[in-house]
Order: sequence, then C-alpha cells, then structure tokens
Amino acid sequence: MNEPLLRIVKNEAMSFKKKVLIRAVAVILALLVCGIVITLITGYNPVTVYVTMTQGAFGTKTRAWSTVKEMLMLSCIAIGLAPAFKMKFWNIGAEGQILVGGIVSAGCMIYLAKIGNAGLFILMFLLSALAGAVWAFLPALFKAKFNTNETLFTLMMNYVAIQLTSYFVAKWENPIGSNTVGVINQSGHEGWFPKICGSQYFISLIMVLVLAVFMHIYLKYTKHGYEIAVVGESENTARYAGISVTKVVIRTVLLSGAICGMAGFMAVAGASHTISTSTAGGRGFTAIIVAWLAKFDSATMILISLLLAFLESGSSEIASKCHLNDFASKIVIGIILFFILGSEFFINYKLIVGKKGEKK
Amino acid sequence: MAAITFEHISKRFGSVNANSDVSFSVNKGEILALLGENGSGKTTLMNMLSGIYYPDEGRILVDDKPVSIRGPRDAYALGIGMVHQHFKLVDVFTAAENLVVGLDPDKKLDRKAIAADIKEICDKYQFDVNPDKKVYDMSVSEKQTLEIVKVLYRGANILILDEPTAVLTPQETERLFRVLRNMKQDGKTVIIITHKLHEVLSISDRVAILRKGEYIETVDTADATEEKLTELMVGKKVDLEIERPEVKDKKLRLEIRNINCINSEGVKILKDISFDVYGGEILGIAGISGNGQKELLEAIAGLEQIEEGGSIKYHAPDAKEAVEMKGMTPRHIRELGVHLSFVPEDRLGMGLVGSMGMTENMMLKDYSKGRGVFTSKKAPRELAEKIKEELEVVTPGVTTPVRRLSGGNVQKVLVGREIAASPTVLMTAYAVRGLDINTSYTIYHLLNEQKKKGVAVIYVGEDLDVLLALCDRILVLCGGQANGILDGHTADKQEVGRRMSVIVEEKDGEGHE
Amino acid sequence: MNSFITLFQAAIAFGTVILFGCVGEILTERAGNLNLGVPGIMYLGGIASLASVFIYEGSTDSPSKILCVIIAMVSAFIASALGGLIYAFLTISLKANQNVCGLTLTIFGGGVANFFGGSLNTLAGRFEAVSVPVTSAAFRTNIPGISNAGTIGKLFFSYGFMVYLAIAIAIIVHIFLHHTRRGLNLRTVGESPQTADAAGINVDRNKYLAICIGAGISGFGGVYYVMDYIKGTWANDGSIEKLGWLAVALVIFTTWKSSHAVWGSYLFGLLYWMYYYIPGLTRRSQELFKMLPYVVTLLVLIVNSLRSGKDKQPPKSLGLAYFREER
Repeated sequence: MNEPLLRIVKNEAMSFKKKVLIRAVAVILALLVCGIVITLITGYNPVTVYVTMTQGAFGTKTRAWSTVKEMLMLSCIAIGLAPAFKMKFWNIGAEGQILVGGIVSAGCMIYLAKIGNAGLFILMFLLSALAGAVWAFLPALFKAKFNTNETLFTLMMNYVAIQLTSYFVAKWENPIGSNTVGVINQSGHEGWFPKICGSQYFISLIMVLVLAVFMHIYLKYTKHGYEIAVVGESENTARYAGISVTKVVIRTVLLSGAICGMAGFMAVAGASHTISTSTAGGRGFTAIIVAWLAKFDSATMILISLLLAFLESGSSEIASKCHLNDFASKIVIGIILFFILGSEFFINYKLIVGKKGEKK
Repeated sequence: MAAITFEHISKRFGSVNANSDVSFSVNKGEILALLGENGSGKTTLMNMLSGIYYPDEGRILVDDKPVSIRGPRDAYALGIGMVHQHFKLVDVFTAAENLVVGLDPDKKLDRKAIAADIKEICDKYQFDVNPDKKVYDMSVSEKQTLEIVKVLYRGANILILDEPTAVLTPQETERLFRVLRNMKQDGKTVIIITHKLHEVLSISDRVAILRKGEYIETVDTADATEEKLTELMVGKKVDLEIERPEVKDKKLRLEIRNINCINSEGVKILKDISFDVYGGEILGIAGISGNGQKELLEAIAGLEQIEEGGSIKYHAPDAKEAVEMKGMTPRHIRELGVHLSFVPEDRLGMGLVGSMGMTENMMLKDYSKGRGVFTSKKAPRELAEKIKEELEVVTPGVTTPVRRLSGGNVQKVLVGREIAASPTVLMTAYAVRGLDINTSYTIYHLLNEQKKKGVAVIYVGEDLDVLLALCDRILVLCGGQANGILDGHTADKQEVGRRMSVIVEEKDGEGHE
Repeated sequence: MNSFITLFQAAIAFGTVILFGCVGEILTERAGNLNLGVPGIMYLGGIASLASVFIYEGSTDSPSKILCVIIAMVSAFIASALGGLIYAFLTISLKANQNVCGLTLTIFGGGVANFFGGSLNTLAGRFEAVSVPVTSAAFRTNIPGISNAGTIGKLFFSYGFMVYLAIAIAIIVHIFLHHTRRGLNLRTVGESPQTADAAGINVDRNKYLAICIGAGISGFGGVYYVMDYIKGTWANDGSIEKLGWLAVALVIFTTWKSSHAVWGSYLFGLLYWMYYYIPGLTRRSQELFKMLPYVVTLLVLIVNSLRSGKDKQPPKSLGLAYFREER
C-alpha cells in the first residue's frame, strides 16, 4: 500500500546541548557552502579561502578592531530592535532611525564644534537618540491607534530618511561638487570618539556592552519587560491584564528607535566621521535577523554579530585581493543566514522517515 | 454489511496516544454515535477516516476492502465526507464558491451552474442556502447547513459530523436530526461525534464508545441508558447530578442598566441590556454563540467600549454607596476596590500567556506589585505551587509554558488564579468547554464553593442541561438583547431554546414563566 | 503639453518596474506568504538577464535580437524563481518565519546582483564597462509607425514590449485568481489552509507554485529596469531595492487585486517623477520632493488601516506557517 514516506512531528522539549549542536552544524555547513561558492568564483582552494578570511578579519590589530567595529554596529542595532520584535512589532525601519541619528550627530559636529567635546558628546548622544525615537514614534502611534501595518510603515520611513539624508548631504557638501560631506572636523577632531587603549572604537565597545547588559535586565527582570512579553504574545491578554497596549507599544518602540538612533551616533562620531545615504548600509536589515535568531538574548546577539562581522571583513578581503567588489560579503551573509534560519526547523520539529521509524 | 471497519488503529502525537488499537465497524445505512469524553480520541479517529491524519498503525476497510486514505481527496473518492467542528469555510467566499473549493480544478468557474446544483440538493433535503451569500454574513446554523450541502455535493455516502449540536438551539438540533434521518432513509451512513447523552439516545441506532484513546464497546441504543453510557465513557460510576446549594442571604452586587455596545465592525452587538447580579447565586447566561455573551462579560470587565448612557453599579459587601464602573479600564476597576475575576472564553489568547509558565501567569494581573521597576516572582511562584497541588494540575513544573499543558490543566490554572484573587464577582465564559467530565465537575464544584462564600457568579454556558441544573437564574440573550431572565429551578429547556432564537415580548418587565 | 507627455512616459516606465514586482507579490500573498524578498528577487532577475546576454553578446559578432530577448527573459525567470524557491523551501517546508526569510533573500539577492554587476567584466576577463546594447535596443523597440503618431501614439504606444506584457500579466493574474477554480483554490490556501487541506487541495504545492511563479513575475521587473529603464547597463546604487519595496507597498494599496495594480503603479510613477517637472526646485529641495511617493504610500497605509470592509483585508492566514498536525 502507498504510505507517506516522511512525517513531521512537533518536538516538544529539546536539551540545550542538542540545540547548540544543531545550530553549530548549521553554521559549519553554511561555512562549507560559502567556501565552495568562493572557490568557484575565485579559484582559490577552500583552505586558502578561510585562511585569507581570517587574516582579513583578524590579521592585524587595525583589521581586528575594524571587525569589532562592524560587530558593535550590528549588536547595537540588534539590541535596539530586540524589545520591539519581542513585542512582535516589526520594526524594519532601523535603517532610517540610524540615518536620522547620524544626521543629527553630523549636524552637531558641524554647527556646535565650538562648545567643547564633553558638552558636544552629551548633546550628540541625546539628540541622536531623540531623533531615532521620533522616527520610530509615527509608525508606533499609528500601529497603536489604528493597527496600521508597521512593517511597511517603518520601511517607507527608511526612504523618507534617505531622502532627508540626501538633502543634508547636498546642504553640507564639502568640497562643493563632490556630492559628499567629506570628513567632518578633520583638523580638530571635535565630536570624534577619542582613542582609548589604542583604539577609537573602545568607547563604542563600552557603549554596546552597557546597552547589552541593560537590555538583558530590562527584558527579563523589569515590569516593562513583562509588559512587552505579554503584549507580544497576545494583545487581548494584555488588555485583560489591565496593560495599556497603546502605551506599551509606543514606549517600547520609542526605546527601540532611540537605541537605533544611538547606533547612528556611533557610526558618525565613532567611526566614519561623515554622513551619507550609505551610513546605515543595510545593517538595519541584517540586525533584524540577528535579533530574531538570537531570540532577543543579548549575549547571543553579540555572538551572531561577531560571526557576521567576521564574514563581512573576511570576504571583503578576498574580494579586494581578486579585484572583485565588496558585495561578495552580502552573498556570504545571505547564505549563512539561510542555513541558520533553516536549522530552526530541526529544533522545533522531528522528521520521521518511514512509518515504523520511532516505534518501541 | 460494514460500511467502515477500523482494524487496530493507533495514532500518536508526540508523547500522547490519541488512539491506541481501535477496532470496530460501522454498518451501512445506520446512524452511529461515536461517544467519548473530550480528549478520548473521537475526532482524531474520524480525521483519519477523512484523510486529515494518517494512522501510525492498523488499517481501515471501506465496504470490506482495505483502503489507504492519504488525504481528503482519497476520502471523497471513497464517498466519505466530514463536517468538522470548526467549520472549514472561507469567510470571504460566497456559499457557491465554498462549495467547489478543491473540486475539478480544470472545470470552468461557472457560478450560475453551481447555484443550480445547490438548489437541487436543497430541494431534496429541504435545506435553505443562498448561493451568493458570503460566509461572513451567515449565522452559525447557516454555516453548518452549507457544510452539510458541501459534503453532499461531493457525493458523500458516509457522513461524519463532529459535535454538530454544540452551537445549535434545541429547535435547530431537532431540525438537524430530521435531516439526518432523511439521509438515513436515503441509504446514507451517518457517524455523529458527540458527548451529549440524550442526543445519542434520540438519534442513533448504535453507540460506539471511546475512552482515553481506546475502544471500549458498541451498544445498541435501544438497550442503552444515560447511566450505562456514562459509566462506559468515564470508566466508573459517575454521579451525574450537579449540585445547586441554596444560599439564604443574597445581596445585590452588580446593577447593570441599559448597556449598549457596538463592535469593531460597526454592528450593534449589545442592545439595551439591564439585569442584576446577586452575591450567593449563580446567574447563567444562555444564547446561541455570537449573540453578545462574550461582549457582555467583556463590557463588565472594562474590556469593551460601552456606548453613551447606561450604567454598571457595583455594591461592595460592606459599603453603603455603590460605585460606578462603567467606562473604566480593568486597572481602574481594580483600583476602585472591585474584586472582579474573569475566566474568559479564550483561555490561552486572553486569560493566560501561553509561552509563559504558571509562575509568570500568576503575575498577570498584579505584576505591578514588585519593588520599583522590577517584578517580583516570589509570591507568584508560591501561588503557582499551591494551585498546582490543590487543583492537581499535571505539569512538569511551574516554569513549563502553559501552552504545553492539556486543556483541562490550562483551565485549572486559569480558574485557580481567578479564585485565588478572592473575588466578590466571578465571571466565567464556557468554563467547561473541551474538558473531560471529571474536570468539568471539579469546575462546577469550585463555582458552587464560591457561591456559598457569597460570591456573585456569572456562568456563560452552551450546554442547556448544565445551565438548568447549576444556575439559580438564567438570562437568555438573543441578538444582543436580554430576552428574559428565567428561574433555573423551574425553567424548561424548550423555553430557553425558544428565547435563544426569538425575541419574546414581556408584559410585566422582568417576568417569569 | 510636451512636458506632460514626458512625465506620463516616465511614469509608465517607472510604474512598469513596480507593476511586475507587485503582481508577482500579489500572487504570492494570495497563497498566504508575505515575501519581503521582492527587492532581492528583482535584483536576481535583473542581474541574470544582464549576465546571460552579456555573455551571449560577447560570444558572437552578430547577436540575434530575438535570441537576446529570449535568453534575457528565460534566465531572469529561472533565477528569480530559484530565489523564490529558497524562500519557499525555508518558509513552507522548514516553517521558518516569513518576514525574516524574505529580508534575508533581499540581502542575498542584492549581494549576488551587485557583486556580479560590479565584477562581471573582471570575471569575464573583459575590461569595458558592462553593457548590452543589442539586447537593450531589442527591449526598447516600439511599434513602428504609430509610436510617434500624435499625442495618443506618444502616450500609449511608444514603449518597449514589456510595458504591455506587464499589463497583460496583471490582467491574466486577475482572471486566474477570481474567475478560475485553480485561482479559487489558491485563494483558499491563503485564506484558510485548514479548509484547503480538508477540501483535498495540496497546500504546499499551491504555495510553492505561487511563490516561484510570483517570484518569476517579480523578477521581470528587474529585467525591465536593467534592459529598458537604464538601457542595458548596471548601477550599484540601490535603485532596484527601493523599487522592490515600493512594489511591496503597492500590494496593500491595491487591496490584493492585481487589476488595481495597473493604475496604482502608474500613479506611483507619476508621483516619483513629479519633482522633475515642477519648476523652481533646487537640487536640495528636489531631494525633499523625492520623498513624495513614500509619503503618499504612508498615507495610503494609514487610510487602508481605517477601512473596515471585509473584502479589502489581507488574506487571512498571510504570514502564518501551516502544519496539519498542529494541535
């Protein structure tokens, strides 16, 4: 008789060890596939590929810090997105929130260079967070009041932010005709993160670590965190419990936007010292997947960010060695994410081959 | 001759044995009642017959020939059709469109021809279906009729109906039974899944009984009594009597006057409702599902927007003045000192957070009690442990997500929490839906305990027999209107059923029979 | 009058790109899958067509125009459908989250396209900029005679064949969804997979097909952009991504009806190019004016969320994975 060959069964509880193992296998498989893809394109043998990638990512102190910088950016955004996503608010608008944070930071550096670094930093920090929050406020408001689709709302806000950035790039153009803002405050370094422990990224590192710890505690041990979890699970339950859904949605998304705005501050003051439409560079999207895969756990988000940052720097190194372009890293990141996303299936479900597969 | 034979059928879901080693047969042209408690595996077994599930072990014979039913298509080809408890209809489609879903994909979508076919079936069995009506505009009983027409349209000779009467009034149930008898006359085989004993006795030829996934036996209906069937179903003698303790000192608790509600789709769902609720009584609310029961409770709990006018006054046990709680949020109501507990219909979608454990669910209504910005889990954990022990909740631990618990245990967690809040008013919506008999009786007992303590209990139910046995008074809702309050001791079922479907003009206000 | 004609033409050209994207996505969403990978899919379609004809044109001295078009279309369809297949496999068979998988597909597709778009010449060992003049000309061929015949000709008949193909596909998809039984079955899958399953419809197969064919249609948007809109070249400026997101937004605007997508997309095009025809704008204020289509989309989103008609809602099970034995 004809019988179904494969059956899928829900997997109730899996040991922590096994979960880690499944994910590790997924990452290794993905790295193998990436190796093969790169080999096919460049003709390098796979071992050379990974040696070169490691060198590219961690070969020198500068490169290592640059990889860390990438990791910090991704982690910072992912940490910012975590509370919104935990509440099932699809904030696809991190790109825009980063950009407006960046615009404000750049504006401060240009117009307020004279007020002294301490004041400037505080101002940039606060104003960029505020800008990010404002950018997130509109979609949150409409979501809370009219249940307007936040995915597309935040997405469109990205493009409004990009046009706004273009406007300011045109306004602050330097030198005239270059269509870029150039490095701001090249001579006096006003508003640049100072070098500590030999790196300008040290402050960013501290910032992200503080944020990570804060977010961990916020989501797990506070009343706000509890409210977020309840609203994320079911709005009806939240209303039943006497939680004001409108208030929680707006408050949480403001926080999310503010942290993404800070990421813009970090990108401008702490790294590039300029602003352009590619300041966010797609990280706002990648970070969504980071936050999702980490199930909003701070430490895991940092770990995944590190993996992606390594791939990014590593594949850029290969691309530049072969005179190919930088987008190679996006392919590699795409592949790795596909594998990790797919691996979740084997954590949540069990495959049974044939009918007598699991009988006593 | 056997229309269907099950031979050693087993089906598992994860660690749960839904069916184990079930063997029996269904005769051609009979109406067979498949009787069993909730969770006894009736629906799973029928789903294997209709191709939704595939058995892990054993085989099915149709007309004495072994068959492999790998999908609903195979089932239709064998002339087997099932009307599911949760209707399988697409809301935004018309009746005609729903009828042909999945059939002959290469044929033209000729809505007129389909309408003609519908008419033919309707004429034969005296149904009434408007082919152009969208499903979202249909009443529950219209949807059920459409489901039956759909199954007939697909040429079914063996009809399976899963709990078809759960949502019907006694009058609608009678009409359905007439249709089923017509079909039997026509030579069709009917399997009806139910746990209502008097229906089994009135409609079926034979009764097959399942208990905890196992087949117990098949008896001729003519030889069966309610007591005997219950014993077979539960596995031991059960006292079917529901107690109704008398409480002498009844005090006015809630005074509800002229409440109107409009739902999100702009439909007026509550129309000028007024009634009183007393401490020390159980007030039953009867009605066809979707006639305002849910909205009424939610309006009282502060979850539903109430239109201008009207009032909800709360009389606290020791207070002189009543307080107005209309238009307040649940939190406001709590801050007013109203001890209002609410067991909503949607247990995991409103009353509890499925992904959280018992402990965190205990905090749901008073999580703000923690120190400063932080939550405190000590008291909730103790409460969770206490409820787990006292109500015998079966769970690996108080941190296991409640979604993983069985329906009965989920309800125990919810009811346990609501009672632990020492309420003065306790509202429950469909408190025993989907529970087995023992758990149902535990719930009735808990409600009676509350009543004896002087709590005002509101019980929204769908089983009229239970309502009539448990409640002191019964408010009947019809189309969002209060259609009379009947005395639970004297009211009869036909009258309640009639009031569920037709507005009765009262001459002297809140009249009794 | 002349500036109106050019604005109209620009709007049609712009609209055609997102019309393909939108119609493909409507087919996908009707099956219950929200695919945020549309930008990535359009990228894949664009680069596949460009790369394939770049190789073909480079391999022969006298490339055949018809062959150019066929190669471009077929390779674009295959590449986009493969992108859809990855998404379908992850979301249907592996039940992964649709939004996250879609976004990943957008990252991946953008990566692949921009990588090859920028490196095609290096990889092929040729040093000139990537360009496919013959194919582009073929795509841009319009109907001789009537394309310049007066205002009507200029307004309606001055485009390459893909403009008309887009309209045709939109209408065919509409007829399919609303006037055939297969379309009815597909919509059932998107509304209620449980119902579809109980009615004997193969849910997974319908979803796979809708997603892959939908992706193929969306991918044509990339082809039109590369071959016609920017005349057979490549630009790593993120334009396709932007257009892809507009296509996704347009789906909501049309309330999931591809018949509405036709005029909706041209309206978007009109808004997008408006700044160019408004006198007195400086470069800076032009940048601000370019926000218009996005702002209008936002307004549409808001207005849409205020509507409550049952027939204007998204497919009921949009975004949800289906597992028959879920209990």
